[in-house]
Amino acid sequence: MIRDPAFRATRSAPATDLSRRRFLQAGAAVGGGLLLSFTLPFAESGAEAADAVAFAPNAFIRIGRDGKIVLVMPYVEMGQGTYTSIPMLIAEELEVDLKQVQIEHAPPNEKLYGNPLLGGIQATGNSNAVRASWQPLREAGATARTMLIAAAAKRWNVDPAACRAQKGVVLHESTGRTARYGELSADAARMAVPDKVALKRPEDFKLIGTPAKRLDTPAKVNGTAVYGIDARPPGVKIATLAQSPVFGGRVKSVDDKAAKAVKGVRQIVRLDDAVAVVADHMGAAKKGLAALKIEWDEGLHARLTTEDIARELEKATLDRGAVAQNIGDVDQAMAGAATKVEATYQVPFLAHATMEPMNCTVHVRKDGCEVWVGTQAIARAQAAAAKVTGLPLDRVVVHNHLIGGGFGRRLEVDGVTRAVEIATHVDGPLKVVWTREEDIQHDMYRPYWFDRISAGLDAKGMPVAWNNRFAGASIIARYLPPAFNNGLDPDTTEGAIDLAYALPNMHVEYARVEPPGIPTAFWRSVGPSHNVFVTESFMDELAAAAKQDPVAYRLALLDKTPRAKAVLQLAANKAEWGKPLPERVGRGVSLQFVFASYMAHVAEVEVASDGTVRVRRVVCAVDCGIAVNPDTIQAQIQSAVMFGVTAALHGEITLKDGRVQQSNFHDYPALRMNEAPAVEVHIVRSSEPPGGMGEAGTSAVVPAVTNAIFAATGKRLRKLPVDTTALKRA
Amino acid sequence: MTHRLRINGTVRSVDVDDDTPLLWVLRDVLGMTGTKFGCGRALCGACTVHIDGAPARSCITAISTVGDKAVTTIEAIGKTSHGRAVQRAWLEVEVPQCGYCQSGQIMSASALLAKNPRPSDADIDAAMSGNICRCGTYIRIREAIKRAAQANGKGA
Ligand code: FES
Ligand code: FES
Repeated sequence: MIRDPAFRATRSAPATDLSRRRFLQAGAAVGGGLLLSFTLPFAESGAEAADAVAFAPNAFIRIGRDGKIVLVMPYVEMGQGTYTSIPMLIAEELEVDLKQVQIEHAPPNEKLYGNPLLGGIQATGNSNAVRASWQPLREAGATARTMLIAAAAKRWNVDPAACRAQKGVVLHESTGRTARYGELSADAARMAVPDKVALKRPEDFKLIGTPAKRLDTPAKVNGTAVYGIDARPPGVKIATLAQSPVFGGRVKSVDDKAAKAVKGVRQIVRLDDAVAVVADHMGAAKKGLAALKIEWDEGLHARLTTEDIARELEKATLDRGAVAQNIGDVDQAMAGAATKVEATYQVPFLAHATMEPMNCTVHVRKDGCEVWVGTQAIARAQAAAAKVTGLPLDRVVVHNHLIGGGFGRRLEVDGVTRAVEIATHVDGPLKVVWTREEDIQHDMYRPYWFDRISAGLDAKGMPVAWNNRFAGASIIARYLPPAFNNGLDPDTTEGAIDLAYALPNMHVEYARVEPPGIPTAFWRSVGPSHNVFVTESFMDELAAAAKQDPVAYRLALLDKTPRAKAVLQLAANKAEWGKPLPERVGRGVSLQFVFASYMAHVAEVEVASDGTVRVRRVVCAVDCGIAVNPDTIQAQIQSAVMFGVTAALHGEITLKDGRVQQSNFHDYPALRMNEAPAVEVHIVRSSEPPGGMGEAGTSAVVPAVTNAIFAATGKRLRKLPVDTTALKRA
Repeated sequence: MTHRLRINGTVRSVDVDDDTPLLWVLRDVLGMTGTKFGCGRALCGACTVHIDGAPARSCITAISTVGDKAVTTIEAIGKTSHGRAVQRAWLEVEVPQCGYCQSGQIMSASALLAKNPRPSDADIDAAMSGNICRCGTYIRIREAIKRAAQANGKGA
């Protein structure tokens, strides 16, 4: 979700100069063996931040005397296969079997992460892990291999160049002598760290690019995988809660007599803006909650509606915003254009509705605090607990867990703060579990955005001017203020600027407007989830205005971006673009370049007489650079397509009287098995560095679907989700 | 009051209100956390268990209605032939992403195969549409169910 400067800085360095050696150090591991310490960039940090501080490693490779290789790393597994793809990078360079590499999740650590430049940003953005660690992990693996070879060569008194590593063993070719890594690891720790290491060429990869089995699967099919919600420290009580239904409201009064009478209810905790029921089990806690009579002081936003917010955003697009991109002279080009096309677009607030509802388990003691949670931002979780309890960071221990769906929701630590607030009033460990209703109604939402966009076409119908101004929240401005500069951040504009198309005159402005009374946050593919919908819908409008085929129209603008052109052609071919379809069935296309990956989608939809839309088939072509684990990429795209189709067809959070109106899967539906389209994924072979995959497909599929609806019905949809009443057969 | 339950072949006694949903008895009272909470309203299928072999949403199953019927959960489904075949197919196809919904998916799928060893696509839709997967693993779930059906057909 975040542009990663580290990735760009290192993208063209096949043999690596490790003169920045302070970012990779070697030493003896506790208990003997080799320990390499190095720095992996985080979602929002990157090279600049890392350069500015002293060596603060956050990742470690330990090669024990027993030959075991353990990677301690800060990224968490949220379903995107990180725990399988990341070890591949090390195993490849280290010349070991994937099975030999074990992963441990790095604990938060004040010493490592307390630095203000790195602290608070120990986070896994979905699409970031492989992209950011591509270079440093392979370097670390290659360094370890070089040092193991050096240790063997010294022991045998031979030239290291005459030795090589394979399958966890160093081999001296001419004599056939061998030594296992475990035998060499202690000696290797005393070798000098090489200044330069040679990385393998992509054509020599043995593991990278093969469909490796995911390491986390077995526990997920037999019920033994432990998510945050499964934490059970001895003596744990369960709490559930009601937070002010209007954001910013407060508790006025609580009558808890009936609740206290419920069997198994132990305690009622009243906070300023929430009430929690503590019980022996969730059944009793929920029953107790239902029996509570709470009066709320609803505060400032008691009358707020979504329409109020949309109106403010619309107004903001009439004023100037911050200039995100300017190419050529749009005003002049527009004045000389043969035709002009104008439109406004809107996308709604969206909840995350991760399958695992919000939860956090906390034990607050006088002298310390323990937290059990699944988080994408462990250092923030620790800081949140420290802040509420007033304890120093080193008195807060966070146990991270598997996450039942992140999608950006677990980058936020409001759930940790809330749980600690409640647990402070309770003796012993307490698990705070939100009901699904609470989870949907007190999410932090994908922002509402409003776009005003126009284009000028020349006599042949090709775009000579492109002018886009949009308004809405900036999540980065809240989450990572230093990354918000001059009214802009890289996420909010991703997918609206740096388009793959050759547009001679282009102007894009963003006006930051934070909506009142509703918190916003990252979401799967957050900025692009909005921008790609707008730009790709509008590109389709231009093709229609020019009376041209949408694929051919786009191809004509892609001569300078061959990777984009190739994915578009591939998707169109595979989808049999142009082949006749029955009435009210249509194909739509979209093309995007975000998270350093190129992607083209063709969606095929069928619109029933009553306006119901069924997405039958989605064909995706992707060039994401080197495909580290092709099976994971395929799975990620299938997943992203379902997530995007869910949003396109069903996703909408609305406010009325300051309250979120949706509450559970009946009114905030998710795509189900019977609605799931067939998805075909075609991966372009590439030797470019890997791009992000976890999110990209979500944004790309949405305009493909709405463009297909246009092809099927002639109705252009400029507001999400799809309004089926507009699609009824006349 | 005290309820005696037969869970995965073992008799367990719990002291909770009659209307307590089975889900919380499993997860919070007995510590069997493989069965998951997703919605609490029979809308998502994450909490699916088998009661006398039939799939049931434990989040709306009051404990008093279970009686001495046999409850089977994800922890023990691998002991049945269908459950075993389903789990194996899930591994081969690499179905799970975050994995959170998969206990429920596997319970629904194994109940389907027990009743209908050769399900059509429409049968799969009907049996599985009550199970939401926010990670969108539906394509692989379908593929894995077909694979498990085949494996069972071969007597594996
Ligand atoms: S938790 Fe029971 S169906 Fe969702
Ligand atoms: S695998 Fe994540 S919800 Fe299904």
